[in-house]
Amino acid sequence: MRDFRTPLNVESIRADFPILHQEVRPGVPLVYFDNAATSQKPVAVIEAMDEYYRRYNANVHRGLHKLSEEATDAYEGARKKIARFINAASSREIIYTRGTTESINLVAQAWGRANLKPGDVVLSTEMEHHSNIVPWQMLAEQIGFELRFVPLTDDGRLDMPALHAMLDGRVKLVAVMHVSNVLGTINPVREIAEAAHAAGALVLVDGAQSAPHLPVDVQALDCDFFAFSSHKMLGPTGIGVLYGRRALLEAMPPFLGGGDMIRRVELSGSQWNELPWKFEAGTPAIAEAIGLGVAVDYLTRIGTENIHQHELAITSYALERLAEVPGVRVLGPADPREKGGVAAMVLRDIHAHDVAQILDHAGIAVRAGHHCAMPLHQRYQIASSARASFYLYNTFEEVDRLIEALYKVKETLAF
Amino acid sequence: MDDLYRELILDHYHNPRKKGLLHPADIDYAEDNPVCGDHLHLTIRLDENNRVQDVGWDGEGCAISQASASMLYESLVGKTLDELRAIGKEDILDMLGIELGPVRLKCALLSLKVLKAGAYGMHEWPGEEE
Repeated sequence: MRDFRTPLNVESIRADFPILHQEVRPGVPLVYFDNAATSQKPVAVIEAMDEYYRRYNANVHRGLHKLSEEATDAYEGARKKIARFINAASSREIIYTRGTTESINLVAQAWGRANLKPGDVVLSTEMEHHSNIVPWQMLAEQIGFELRFVPLTDDGRLDMPALHAMLDGRVKLVAVMHVSNVLGTINPVREIAEAAHAAGALVLVDGAQSAPHLPVDVQALDCDFFAFSSHKMLGPTGIGVLYGRRALLEAMPPFLGGGDMIRRVELSGSQWNELPWKFEAGTPAIAEAIGLGVAVDYLTRIGTENIHQHELAITSYALERLAEVPGVRVLGPADPREKGGVAAMVLRDIHAHDVAQILDHAGIAVRAGHHCAMPLHQRYQIASSARASFYLYNTFEEVDRLIEALYKVKETLAF
Repeated sequence: MDDLYRELILDHYHNPRKKGLLHPADIDYAEDNPVCGDHLHLTIRLDENNRVQDVGWDGEGCAISQASASMLYESLVGKTLDELRAIGKEDILDMLGIELGPVRLKCALLSLKVLKAGAYGMHEWPGEEE
């Protein structure tokens, strides 16, 4: 066995996550390998949200009283932390949404409606999560532009020569994921942005699987929009972020109408608020924003590069051990350096639900199904896969437990 | 789990009964479970008294959906159409003899859904429960 090293003190990290210290059944400790679906939350995040509700719960931006000022400071302070976390030029470029899905829908409805017309092309990929396909399908139906998809190679990468050839001047937007939630593939976003800009197209990056796991610098990536979710990066559900270049956001009409997004309302018409509040109608998810801010503090303290190196070590070990189990095939690039901490497995003709159920019996939480990427599964002609996905608190011993349990699957279902 | 994948279920999964479609057939219906990708196709031949003379089915999916289909469809031979229509969710669970969570329940009941839709000649089975 090769020597696998992690830069993290995993034991001390695990101490921050109370949920990990439990037995799912008597004598069967939990192994949480469903991090691409949602991550667990450290005590600091849970306590920060609890403290907001116990001590200074109030609406933001409106009240002139002490609690409201404190809530507003915490809510806006989190925005500044997030801006630094992804190296946005300004915190005005950070828009709170409900998550990656809503962020992409915001771009579709606000930018897309104002800028796309029949004859235009939106270029997505066969790798995408449904959240970066369906909003464009819905809008294409309304507007009549064309939606095209970059094909994939057999080993789970974007077909880059095809992508370059498809950027034909009609393309107005390239909508691409940074890291695949199934294959794990890390896409060359910088190269894609360069080619797209040269062809006169903007680039929207779905960063749901990258922001939690890799250092992200939106200026270095040179993307125009970048969307991600709090709950996959140690924060609460119900909140996410859309980063957009300031000039683009300034020029876009609002997404949802209502309170907080206006400067002045008259019965004959209204004026919009300035950025970022133009896109934040209604009372926002205040506790969640504060929780996300603390999650960002936590990730920043550990260091996203260290987290990436840890996941690389765990994934390398997992791929090596999985290769030992006869009949198990892992989707996506074989070289762990080219992928995030994801191992989606196909076990001969065994249905992924059966795999997940038997793994669950061994205390191992994985996700089974098509992972909201049906076109990708169709591309590789598989009905479903069982996905183990790793994070900063996972250990090599947990990978050993997975391997052991896979032999149990093999024995039970005789493949 | 040793319960869920008990001997009888694994036996039907590995050696499905009545697999293979009938041509021609009096009842012919297929349905997918889009969440799992499970697929079942059922054909039934009736005699002159509207009793099930023979059944044949085809499909793919998880062990629970396939074993449930094998067990249920094997039991249909000799039953009247009215008896088919009387089969309910509880009968399937009794037959499988296992406890199922909400997700796997859909797998187990796909066989019943296909039978009901086929037997009623309708695409929507009125008794379908969420």
